[in-house]
Amino acid sequence: MHIPIETYHLPNGLRVTLSEDHTAPIVAVNLWYRVGSANERAGRTGFAHLFEHMLFQGSANVGANEHFELVQRAGGTLNGSTWLDRTNYFETVPSHQLALALWLEADRMARLLPAMTQEKLDTQRSVVKNERLWSMDNQPYGTWWEKLPALAFPPSHPYHHSLIGSMEDLDAASLDDVAEFFRTWYTPDNAVLTIAGDFDPGEAKRLVEAYYGPIPRGRGQPALPSFDAPASFGPTPPREVVPDDVPAARVIVALRSPVFGSDGWYDAQLTAAVLGARRGSRLYRGLVRTRQIAVDVGAYTFDLSRGSDLLVVDITGAPGVSVETLEHAVHAQLDALQALGVDDAELARAQALVETDLIRALQSAGTRADRLSQFATYLGDPHRLNGEPERYRAVTTERVNAFAKARCGRDNRAVLAYVPRETSPQATAAEVSA
Amino acid sequence: MSHTIEPTMSDDFLLRGPARPGAAASRPWQFPTVERRTLGDGLSLLVAPAHALPLVSVLLVTDAGADADAPGAEGLAMLTARAMTEGTRQYDGAAFALAAEGLGTAIDASADWDGGYASFTALRKHVEPALGLFAELLTSPAFPEREVERLKAERLADIAHAEKEPRGLADEHFAASVYRDGSRFGRSAAGTRASVSALDADACRAYAASRWRRGGSTIIVVGDITGDQAERLIGAALRDFRGAAPSRVTVDDRRTASARRVVLVDRPGATQSELRVGHVGVPRTHPDYFPLVLGNAILGGLFNSRLNMNLRERNGFTYGAGSGFDWRRQAGPFVASAAVETGVTEPALRELLGELDRIRNDGVTADELSLAQSYLDGVFPLRYETSGAIADALAAMVTFGLPADWFTKYRERVRAVTVSDVQAAMQRHLDPAAWQIVVVGDAATIQPRVEAMALGPVAVVPGVLP
Repeated sequence: MHIPIETYHLPNGLRVTLSEDHTAPIVAVNLWYRVGSANERAGRTGFAHLFEHMLFQGSANVGANEHFELVQRAGGTLNGSTWLDRTNYFETVPSHQLALALWLEADRMARLLPAMTQEKLDTQRSVVKNERLWSMDNQPYGTWWEKLPALAFPPSHPYHHSLIGSMEDLDAASLDDVAEFFRTWYTPDNAVLTIAGDFDPGEAKRLVEAYYGPIPRGRGQPALPSFDAPASFGPTPPREVVPDDVPAARVIVALRSPVFGSDGWYDAQLTAAVLGARRGSRLYRGLVRTRQIAVDVGAYTFDLSRGSDLLVVDITGAPGVSVETLEHAVHAQLDALQALGVDDAELARAQALVETDLIRALQSAGTRADRLSQFATYLGDPHRLNGEPERYRAVTTERVNAFAKARCGRDNRAVLAYVPRETSPQATAAEVSA
Repeated sequence: MSHTIEPTMSDDFLLRGPARPGAAASRPWQFPTVERRTLGDGLSLLVAPAHALPLVSVLLVTDAGADADAPGAEGLAMLTARAMTEGTRQYDGAAFALAAEGLGTAIDASADWDGGYASFTALRKHVEPALGLFAELLTSPAFPEREVERLKAERLADIAHAEKEPRGLADEHFAASVYRDGSRFGRSAAGTRASVSALDADACRAYAASRWRRGGSTIIVVGDITGDQAERLIGAALRDFRGAAPSRVTVDDRRTASARRVVLVDRPGATQSELRVGHVGVPRTHPDYFPLVLGNAILGGLFNSRLNMNLRERNGFTYGAGSGFDWRRQAGPFVASAAVETGVTEPALRELLGELDRIRNDGVTADELSLAQSYLDGVFPLRYETSGAIADALAAMVTFGLPADWFTKYRERVRAVTVSDVQAAMQRHLDPAAWQIVVVGDAATIQPRVEAMALGPVAVVPGVLP
């Protein structure tokens, strides 16, 4: 595997990565801003995600929602997403529309605020509240992705608070608060731009210079609280049991693990695949197939880039199986992994699956661009992408076993458990009407 | 509102910015060339070579969809497909999974309304051994009783989950309300508690023997392989995959006889209401397919669609509103949907119904149509970046019996649709007097308000599934 990669900086600090591929007349434009929920301060949570909405509300030369219309009229796809460590904005368009995609991203980087109004802010707050209801509050287990980071990091830690944010904080936010957040973080020196697919490099560089070159650097960013976190939780790891309107128990275990891109992160990736990837994994074979106490298992990392990542093991119980049974079974699996390690065949299976998934994902220009932006943002080196297969192949059973010994012990397991509520509102209503 | 942030940048050029660019000359693009071959005894082979990456996707399409489930045995097609990977003559389920995963792939079998599918994507170097496992699944599935019983229990757990999940509840109740009693399409493709509980390993074995057959099946191979290589490898691997084509089953896809009505599915305390409005649509091969696809894009398919712009961007009622035709060989449903805050259930439902009336009565503008056409035309190459996506597209062509030039003619057919084509199709196929309206939400709060809208009879039902 060799993906051509060229990288350079503009004087204003914007880091640019170009990756040519002329297989199809398709080009992806992908912009990562180094701002996520971790950059928010207390009382001002939810702003990074709110901007994922506000950035589609128009800029000096683009009307509200016109960004969508222009890209779709050009035959392109687009979206944005928010994570603890970053937000990304991206378009994939027919290659002759490259200039449009670059121009749209530049217009909102340089000139978002002239188009921002109280009315737009109010509407998008309402949309975000509905997003929260839809994805979390009105969904079984939906609150897990707010509760787990809160459990795994102390309140002072930047990863602790909710990604979608406190609705009270969003309500309290003034237009000026929101604008100040934008001025602070959405600057060329805090962003990475990747272009992948069918383009002429000379033309792409000319467009990047014309659209992004004049945008001034930011005024510097405030220091964030420390991301340092001990490698384990210590003798009494956090544990929270949530009675909820759910059909079955679910146990989610978070282990502190090495940050994205470090050697230990690859060990964690393969450990996760041994535990939870597909039906040959330990958890599927043990808990779903053999014991039939679970209906769904998974293991994956959050890919956090500062201080500590999380390796998450997620088990949904079969109906009627107690949370104690599930929790005991998960602990037993992790105990065995820590004490006995993995064998060659298990590691080879995990490596083979990861390699195929990597190659499959790179078929798409949008994914190639996103991975290049990820490596550029987190590690300062998009060329790392070409070394990925080799990095996974270099992991040995000794390395995985050392990781398991160090990180999979009882002292490093924060547990979030959901249990069906004894008296659900439905049962109460039935009693009342009877 | 008038309050606007004062920009901090003073440079005039910065405030104005460079002018919006035009498009460069577009580069031509062709759907991958498809080689059609026959492997004897009714098995067809489609090969689409693509050599950019060392990957191959293999997908078998067979006439073993949920539409063929007998009354009382709903869920058998899906259970059988799922159970095919759970053990063969040579391997038990765990060993089968491990053998495939050791090759960096997973061999999956599944079913939807119109077909049964077995597939994998592997690195080129692993294709031959993976094909051996693939053939094993097709020729000697064992259906161990223990595994079939486990999969049944997992389906029952899915139903329990769907009962706690407003989207699942809404979709199931909507399907039940739009078709006539007894229609296969009125019950979940994966089956009900009663129907799934009645299935067993013998039923799966008999179903596989009668419908997972060589005759009438097509195998699709996309990726880093030539037609000759694919024919040689597949021909050898599937030598023992036998059987004549099964007969096609017809589903009762007629609309319910009920006029417009509301089913209010009660979820006490729900913070949002899930809305579904629609009725039976048309089959995938209907001549109005293109006008309907374009009309729906304008109504609720694109982000800038009327439904989303109204309910989300203008009113902030929802995180997203949309609509769609569920395309099947026979008529699947047309549905418009949104999840809205409980307190705005009534105005949101009013706006949603209003948009359906408006597109039917007033049609679409030339500007709206040109946006939808530009999008569908332009995005066409983007849809086929991966071997898996190309294989899926070819599978749809096979399942629906689309002509061989489908992909080469698609873009011009999109471009040929006119404003009056769209309006005529919307008038023919959207029927407000027949809307079946499902609202999943907190009945105590919303029932009086929905009743006051006088949309038709309102039935309140508990939030459970059969």
